[in-house]
Order: sequence, then structure tokens, then C-alpha cells
Amino acid sequence: MSNLWPVLEPLLAKVQKPARYIGCEDGSQRPEHRPDKVAWLLTYPDTYEVGLPNQGLQILYELLNERDDAVAERSYAPWHDMEGLLRQQNVPLFSVDTHRSAAEFDVLAFNLSAELVYTNLLNCVDLAGVPVRNDQRAASHPIVMAGGHATFNPEPLAEYVDVFVMGDGEEVIADITVVLREWKKSGRTPGSRESVLRELSHIMGVYVPSMYDVDYDGQDLKSVTPRYADVPAQVEKRTIADLGAYPYPKNQLVPLTEVVHDRLNVEVFRGCTRGCRFCQAGMITRPVRERPADQVRTMVQQGLLRTGYDEVALTSLSTADFSGIATTVSDAMADPTGCGQISVSLPSLRVDAFTVGVAAQVAKARRSGLTFAPEAGSWRLRQVINKLITEEDLYSAVDSAYGNGWSRMKLYFLTGLPTEMDSDTLGIADLAANCAAIGKKHSNRASVTISLGGFVPKSHTPFQWFGQNTETELRRKIQLLRDATQKMKGVTLKWHDSRASVVEGLASRGDRRIGRVIERVWRAGGTFQEWSECFEIGRWEEAMAAEGLDFGWYVNRHREETEVLPWQHISAGLHKDFLWQDWQDALAEHGVEDCRWTPCYDCGVCTGYGIEHVVASPVPPAGGSQGTGQDLTVGHLVPISLGLPRRSTEPVPVGGF
Amino acid sequence: MRVRVRFSKTGKVRFTSHRDVARMWERALRRASLRVMYTEGFSPRPKMHFGLALSTGHESLAEYIDIDMVEAFDISDLTARLTPCLPIGVEATAAMVIERSAPSLQSDVTLCSWLFTLRGVTEAELEVSVRRLLVAGTVMLTRSRKGIESRDDVRSAVKQLSVRTDEGHVLLEADIATEGRGLRPVELVQVLFPELDDVEERIGRVLRTHQWIEADGARVEPLPLEATTATHTEVCV
Repeated sequence: MSNLWPVLEPLLAKVQKPARYIGCEDGSQRPEHRPDKVAWLLTYPDTYEVGLPNQGLQILYELLNERDDAVAERSYAPWHDMEGLLRQQNVPLFSVDTHRSAAEFDVLAFNLSAELVYTNLLNCVDLAGVPVRNDQRAASHPIVMAGGHATFNPEPLAEYVDVFVMGDGEEVIADITVVLREWKKSGRTPGSRESVLRELSHIMGVYVPSMYDVDYDGQDLKSVTPRYADVPAQVEKRTIADLGAYPYPKNQLVPLTEVVHDRLNVEVFRGCTRGCRFCQAGMITRPVRERPADQVRTMVQQGLLRTGYDEVALTSLSTADFSGIATTVSDAMADPTGCGQISVSLPSLRVDAFTVGVAAQVAKARRSGLTFAPEAGSWRLRQVINKLITEEDLYSAVDSAYGNGWSRMKLYFLTGLPTEMDSDTLGIADLAANCAAIGKKHSNRASVTISLGGFVPKSHTPFQWFGQNTETELRRKIQLLRDATQKMKGVTLKWHDSRASVVEGLASRGDRRIGRVIERVWRAGGTFQEWSECFEIGRWEEAMAAEGLDFGWYVNRHREETEVLPWQHISAGLHKDFLWQDWQDALAEHGVEDCRWTPCYDCGVCTGYGIEHVVASPVPPAGGSQGTGQDLTVGHLVPISLGLPRRSTEPVPVGGF
Repeated sequence: MRVRVRFSKTGKVRFTSHRDVARMWERALRRASLRVMYTEGFSPRPKMHFGLALSTGHESLAEYIDIDMVEAFDISDLTARLTPCLPIGVEATAAMVIERSAPSLQSDVTLCSWLFTLRGVTEAELEVSVRRLLVAGTVMLTRSRKGIESRDDVRSAVKQLSVRTDEGHVLLEADIATEGRGLRPVELVQVLFPELDDVEERIGRVLRTHQWIEADGARVEPLPLEATTATHTEVCV
């Protein structure tokens, strides 16, 4: 049956938030499926409210539907109540666009933004009626694909996902579609699955785990080697050179029901070279590629007119770094409908007074809370993590914010960072107290909230060798801060469940053997693990014990320079030497500058891939010094390209081809 | 200038909530470039007033919204401007300028007409149940709200019931009073078939066909519309 709506409709009266399952968003498409079109089901393995706003998924949805040889629909993980009804009535996972069974698609493509959704991926594959392990699948089953930041260590899902896609998706999906189109045309004959997977492995940015053998030496990983000479030994990520060539999404989906980030989102640049050593996103998305300012303006104005939203977010990893941000923000505030006021959100603010000035410009109406991320409690530790904010930067930013009418400050910190001592942890309380005292000068209502997360080392970062703090140690540090802040007036502490950090650590740096642990947790009913009400550490402990594996070895152990890392055959373009040197610099408390505005220190990405930063301004933004250690009041003229980069028609393959 | 707009909500979009509908209207007013008055304060919102909330999952041909506009303008093409800005299944069907002093929809409307499509019930069975209810002096219903159970006589809320069939579907037309605690559509089916324990399963489509303002023994709609039932042309299915 190609339309499951008649079966689904009666179920919707029995579930919470039925609007999650109806589709019908403005911007949604009802593509016509045909034998000569590759059918992609783009699935976000979390609830509709969390998954719908995902920009990556929406970009690929539009690009695929623009092609003559592809159609794309969307799906989201059904909540427990709906899943129960689907299983009870034998109804498969379905698309929300035309309510078509997931198994009727050629590709089930998952967006993996974070590790705790891995059990949901297995659950969605199972609900689709597809075997969860990739060696059980036949030519009649869809290809199970995954992309997104978390896939930079694909190994925990290597026995479950057929094809991983590394890096920017805009161009690689075209190459994949062409291969799958021919496979579909040939009738997907029995036995053809292996050959199509092998062909896909030739595409730059594509990793097919079943084409590799993994050898262990006892507990230690010895090697991951291709089974065939034509399969690359090292898989390189894909990177689009010019963000301006992709003004997507052009028709951002407007959901009928409330979702997170329910607003227009316009990506102003991709990549970040601030060089924060804990930040995987900043390491794996290099180099910086700005969208031309006039394109941003057009996308904002047309988007507001089309959607009717009165809020737009200018998104990136550090939006205040966008060249000419002040002008871009004031342009974005002009309401094209002439109806009222547009509010502009700037996620990920830099910690300096200039940034507060920009924020003050945008939030005239809703000036209640402002968030900064100093990340560590002492200058020493901020040098270790390369988040080079001085106390003065923070205090001037906070003073400026309170002075501009904000009354609540939220400060993000990590605990469990490399070399962290109790004095560093307690420094967080001191910073918060000083900020609260600054606030009191402006308003009696002034308050500071500390949001404390446990640090989880990630692959492809200088901290990938660092042994994560044990759960006991993280809990001790949280308690230390609870005690220290308990009697502070105007300071509140919120913290992340340290048990979830342990599991996140396991999935972030685990190897193939962790896959069976994930499968066990899923089979025991452990879905939606990123939802605190669904997370149970006990399930993970039982699964680890059953597989004879040890949390300490995977999560808390410091790794050696010579050790084979499970993701070593995957490359984000960063030289291993660079990462190791950066790790040594971290331990020596040395910061590095932002290479966008200073000479290259050869991390490997631009040189290796033949691409460059695309930054409209050759000088760093005015204001504070965060992330660079530079005196940003004086510009540095450096050789970077202005506007469009030099274009190469073909991606430059590196290694393995 | 205050404008009252009548609209329908049918098809898949019926699974959105009352709050969702409010957000749809906010966006639609902006997309239609209508200059609407905003509330004061830290978080200004357009001045819109809805009538009785429609439960998630129910459809309607007779929903209303009052909107305060910044200035007077010709509203003859207002519904044509609004409908393309609303989601498929929500359609503006009539508009009229009303006095700012006009009573609110919430306080003015005292009665709603509903059309139910019932499943697993024959026309004859339904007729028996309807007669039984209509001749009863009292009809007791046990229901709970926020964990507090109460037992009420709901007979007076049921103003009229009639049964018919259409293309094999058993249909129930009901006029239910809205004043006081009223009677939810699902509760009506519950008192019609007190012996059933799967009432929810028996209810197919629930469609609000009219809202009524009663005055001096007569009933009028907040916004009269002759051809309301024929206007929903596009349904997202």
C-alpha cells in the first residue's frame, strides 16, 4: 500500500501531539515517485519537534527534490505512544509527506547530530521492516545511510549503517544519487547490493564500513583495512567551497505545530577556526565559508515574507564573527511585511562588549536573558582549551548587557576538562559571583545562571586522546560547585546528568564492538536516550557487562599517541600531527590564534583539499579577544580570499583514490 | 477597526491544537501584510481573539477570530487574501467589520451544532439511544477534571439530536449548549451509549457546523454565511 494515511488516521486520535505525524507544512512537497527516480527518506531519529527545524535535512530535501532523478520525503522517530500503536497494528515507519511506507524508499538516510540517538536509529530501521544489521539485508531492502557530525566516528554503527557520508552533503548526494539511479534501473537484482555498496565507496566523502576488515590485538584495535584495492584506505570528508552557491533552504518548512527553534533560520557561515579544542564542530567543519552579505539579506527578507515568521536566527558556530555583522543585523530587522517588529536571534554569542552591542540592537522587545560561554573557570584552563576570554572580557560583556537592560545572564561552563583542578572548578563560582555583583549595580532583579556540562572528548579534536573524567569524578565536581554556589545570592546552578555524559563518551569514541551494546540497549527498550525521562544508565551497564566490555577502558583511559584510534581511517582533513601538537600545546597552556585573520598554521584542511577561507573582511571584528588571544582592536592583514574563492570544478581527492 | 473572520478547519490540519491555530493566524496576518494592533509590553503579540476552542482532532466549518486592525480598510477581498496564507485545510470563508464594543465570541456564543460520523453503530441503534436520551428527565454523567471526579446532570446541555445516514455512514446531528461546563462531543456519545466501554473507537469524524448566538428566542450566527457547508473545497488528504 503506497498511502498509509487511512490506517494512520484512526491512530492519531489516540496519541499525544498528533500534528507530529500529519506533514502538511508550508514548504513540504508531495513528490511523484517513479521507477527512474531514486527515492530518499530523510529521517531525523528524534521527535518531530526536535527534528523538523534541522537545516541540514531541509537543504538536502530541497536539493534532491529539484533533481529529475530523485524524490525525497521526511520521517521522524515516532514517540512511544505512536510506536506502540504502529507495532500493535503492524504499521511500518512512514513518511510525513505522502504517508508512504519507509521500506518503499531506496534510501533511509539518517541525520546524526549527536550520539545518544543511536538507539533511535536502530528502532527506526526496525520499524521500517528492515533488518537492523547490515549483513542481514538483501537487494530488496533500502540502503541505510547516515550523515551529520556524529558520523565522524562511524564505528559504533558500522554493523548497522550501510553507508556513511562525511562532511557537507550538498554535492555528495548528487554523486550518490547517480550510482543508485543505475542500480535501481538495473532492477536491484539479488546479489547486487554488495556491488552497489562497493561502487558507492569510490565516492569522496562516502564510507562503507562493510568494505573494511577490523583486526584486534586482544583488547586493542590493530587496524582497519579495506578489503579491496579499489576501496580507499582513508575516507576524506566532503566540503563545499562556496556556501553562496547554495542559498538553501529556499522554502524553509513552516510547521503547523510548535517545534524547537520555531523561526526563520539563515545560515550565515559554515566552519569556525576559533580553535576551541573541546569543540568537534569547529574542527570538522573547516575552513570558514561566509555567505555573501547581500545573499543573507535576500534570504532573510524573502524568508520572512514567505513564512510569516517575526523572528529570524542568523546561524553559524559564532555569528558575531560574520564580516560586517552589525550591518547584516540591522538589515535583518527591517520588516518586509510592514506589520511590526522582527526580532533577530544570534545563537552562540562571543563574550565581548561589541557582541553585546550587536545583541542590544536586535532585542529591543524581548530583553530578558543573554547567554555567554566562557567554558572554564580560570584563565589557565581557558588557555588549555583555547577559549581565550579574559575575566575583563567577561565582566565588560556582562556589564554592558546589564547596562542595556538584560536582567538574566546564563553562563555555560564545562567541567572535567583536561588538567582541571578544583581551583579551576571553583573559579566558575567566583566568576558567577562577580557577574552577579556587576548585575546588582544595575538592577535588583539581576541574576546569573550557571549551566554546567560534563566534558565529553570527541573524535577529530586535540582532546581525542584525553581520558574522560569518571562519573564519580564529574559528580564530585558538580557537588563542589553546588556547595560553593548554594549560599550565593543571585546565582543558580544547573547541571547536566553526568551518567548521560558517560554514555555519550562511550558512543563518541567507541569502536565497532560498541555496536552490540547499542543494539542490546535498543532491544531492552532504551530509545530516546537523549530525553532524561527515558535515559537509564542501568541498561547501558547491563549491555556492557553482557558484551564483556569495560566503560573505563573506552571512556576514562588516556590514549597513547601511537594507539590506533577507531576513526583513524576517517579524515576531516586535519593532520594527525597538528592535532597531537595542539594537544601538547593544550597541556603546556598555550593558545593558538584564529587562522582566519592570521597566517596559516597548517592544520591540513585548506592545503589538503585545495580550498580556502571565504571571509569578506580581512580584519578581525572589533571588540574583545575571545578565542584568538589577539589584540582585536588592531586588524591583521593576511592573505585570504575576499568574496568568492577560486573555483575548482572537481573536488580534489586526497589519498586512497 | 475590528474585523471578524469566519474560517473552516478540515482535513489533516484538524490534528493541530487551538494554540497551533493561533500561531497559524499570526503568521497568516503577517504574510498577508495586514497591519494588526499589537499588545504592549515585553513580548508584543497581535491582538486576536478566538471564540470557543475546538478540540484537537475535531473539524469545523464555523470557527471565528476577531482581529484588531491598525486602520480601517476595504475588507471585500480579505478572505481571498487570507486563505492562501493559511495552511491547507484552513480557509477564511467570510469577514465583517464589527463594533469594538461587540460582546466577545466567548461570551456571546451559547450553542454549537455538531455533525458526528459514528462507527460500529446502526442507524436503528442510534435512534433508540437518541429517543431514550431525549425523553429522559435527567442524564447523569461521571467525569473528572484535574483528578477531581464529579457527577453532573447534563440533560439540559443537549438541545436537539437527530439521526440520518449518508452513503452508508451513520450520522448524528447535535445541538449542544456551551454555557457552564457544557458537554464535550465525546461525552455526548458516552451518555448516548452508557453501556459501551470503547466510546472513543465509535467516533469517526466530529465536525462543528455552526456556532450560535441566542437572543429573544431566535438564533443567529456570529457571522452569517449562506453557503458555509459548500465552501471547503481543498482538503489536505
